[in-house]
Amino acid sequence: MDAVEILFTASLWAAAIRIASPLIFATLGELICERAGVLNLGIEGIMTVGAFSGWLTVYMGGSLWLGILAAAVAGSAFGLLHALLVVPLGLSQHVTGIGITLLASSLSYYVYRLVFPEVTSPPKIEPFQPWNVPVLSDIPVIGEALFRQTPLTYLAFAAVLLVSWFLYRTPMGLAVRTVGENPSAVEAQGIDVTWVRIAAVMAGSALMGIGGSFLTLSAFNSFFFDMVNGRGWICIALVVFGSWRPGKALLGALLFGLFDAYQLRLQQLAGGYVPYQVFLMLPFVLSIIALIVMSRRAAYPRALMVPYRKGER
Amino acid sequence: MVGNPMRLEPREQRSLAVILGYPLVALAVAAAFCAILVMFSGANPLSVFGLMVKGALGTQFAFLETLTRATPLIFTGLAAAVAFRAKLWNIGGEAQLYAGAVMTVVFGTGLLPLPWPVLIPVLMVAAMLGGAIMLSIPTFLKTRFGVDEVVTTLLINFIAILFVSMLLEGVLKDPMGLGWPQSKKVIADAQLGKLVQGKRLHFGFVIALLAALAIWVIDRRSALGYEMRAVGHNPKAAAFAGIPVNRVLAKTALLSGGLAGLAGYSEVAGLKGNLTLDLSPGFGYTGIVVAMLAMLHPLGVVAAAIFVAAVFVGADAMSRTAGVPSYIAHVMVAASLLCMVTAVMLTRYRLRWR
Repeated sequence: MDAVEILFTASLWAAAIRIASPLIFATLGELICERAGVLNLGIEGIMTVGAFSGWLTVYMGGSLWLGILAAAVAGSAFGLLHALLVVPLGLSQHVTGIGITLLASSLSYYVYRLVFPEVTSPPKIEPFQPWNVPVLSDIPVIGEALFRQTPLTYLAFAAVLLVSWFLYRTPMGLAVRTVGENPSAVEAQGIDVTWVRIAAVMAGSALMGIGGSFLTLSAFNSFFFDMVNGRGWICIALVVFGSWRPGKALLGALLFGLFDAYQLRLQQLAGGYVPYQVFLMLPFVLSIIALIVMSRRAAYPRALMVPYRKGER
Repeated sequence: MVGNPMRLEPREQRSLAVILGYPLVALAVAAAFCAILVMFSGANPLSVFGLMVKGALGTQFAFLETLTRATPLIFTGLAAAVAFRAKLWNIGGEAQLYAGAVMTVVFGTGLLPLPWPVLIPVLMVAAMLGGAIMLSIPTFLKTRFGVDEVVTTLLINFIAILFVSMLLEGVLKDPMGLGWPQSKKVIADAQLGKLVQGKRLHFGFVIALLAALAIWVIDRRSALGYEMRAVGHNPKAAAFAGIPVNRVLAKTALLSGGLAGLAGYSEVAGLKGNLTLDLSPGFGYTGIVVAMLAMLHPLGVVAAAIFVAAVFVGADAMSRTAGVPSYIAHVMVAASLLCMVTAVMLTRYRLRWR
């Protein structure tokens, strides 16, 4: 099989969607935070905490869906902490975010070691199994790629629609968007900027937690150290790439997934000629290139990273 | 409508009690949080903290070990402090450290057969250049294209470590290394001497102290220090006042990246002897915490680095005897960071409840 033929295999496209799924959740999460004017660099740690708490819940006997819920709750708890520090207190969003990432991931590792002091191979759970959509999954290639995924992947696509509808079709979505663009206008309408921002960061962080839990509950079946491995930072790049719009962010995540799935297959093809590290580097290089290309057109939410103090202009 | 129940009011004057008291309260809160976590392991927090203090400062060996661990953190802490002063969000200390280490083994393993009084300065400059170039790329992307440097420096960390991995399995691989991904040892003339005979503490610690002093002088006494602070305070106002903002950011990047690069040199030439993939257990990221704990003050960085190093060294020693996972050190450091930035804010503003 050569490099072009790979492009027409269903397994490539199925893998692309699988790789994109956690990124879709977390990118939507970051997008909501940033639309409300808050940069959330806690994303990497919040994904770790989601991966861990979701997995631990299932390991302790909870159902897989309870695991998802645990990941969302744990994620939004750290989101609340981030929001409290940067919204009412107005602390640096960069520094606080890095602090949240360090705290959330180290807490996950600490509790992991507390529960499993002496395990050499990570304990396993029974993860989500692919669920074939009746009829649709029988379509050649497309059906195999799109409709034989795990329920969490379908949920990721549903989340895109839900977040779009929320942001553009509901009064609360309008409040979130305006809070990130022109907070004093929202305040004039009698809506409290602080509470809208806190709620947005909590909701976004819940999505990041779910994105993390995809790794332990759907992609793999155990929790291990450094498993998020930069995915959070890539999601931040994807938000910029998607110009802060859910649909474009989905497209970005899918492109990224496709590229990642493709490089994995090329790696097997070109094994021996090109060092495997080059392929592993490509997703990160690609993210930077995407940032450079998009930055010319980037329409940042105007109040992104600007703390709001009532009565100040 | 639910009103925001609190607001911030700038303090007109800050008493010494507030300036010193709040940070101490912050560290106490972080310690209390960790004490609760320790209790979950079934151990007594007081005896665990006691073991940590003993393991970090209790004996001459322990204390020297703490200073050894503090050495790279002083460099990466200074790197973060210098950059953050100018609001250049350099989160790429890890990549810059490895760039410095790569330069050290490229030139220090026999390529330049020079006597040590020449070779060591040459290697230091090379390591600084490596780190400086590493940060100049995202800084250029920021000033030229407006690409946020936080994301690019973070992404470059991953690229850099993969690049080092490639070098260690390729051109820089030690043929005598039994197949391990490691570089050759640097030659004797490239190595930094030990400060105490037979112990691990090396001359890199002295270089780190001198670097802190130099940065303090630059910060307080030079035009560049003034310009960096002005750019960090308000770039628009700085530009209006005729300060070339982009050029100042470029200089800041050279300085900050160079400092992180020195951490790589000092770890290779002073401690490890060669380059491996586990040269830095996150020194670049921890440097950010160090800088914030020091409130970005260059001399404070030294104290903060020793404090953070003591937490890590103490936790390692404690976990061997008390059985509490040593990850508690990472939790404590992260919690200290968040508590400290909150405390510093509260020394400037007063919380008013409505």
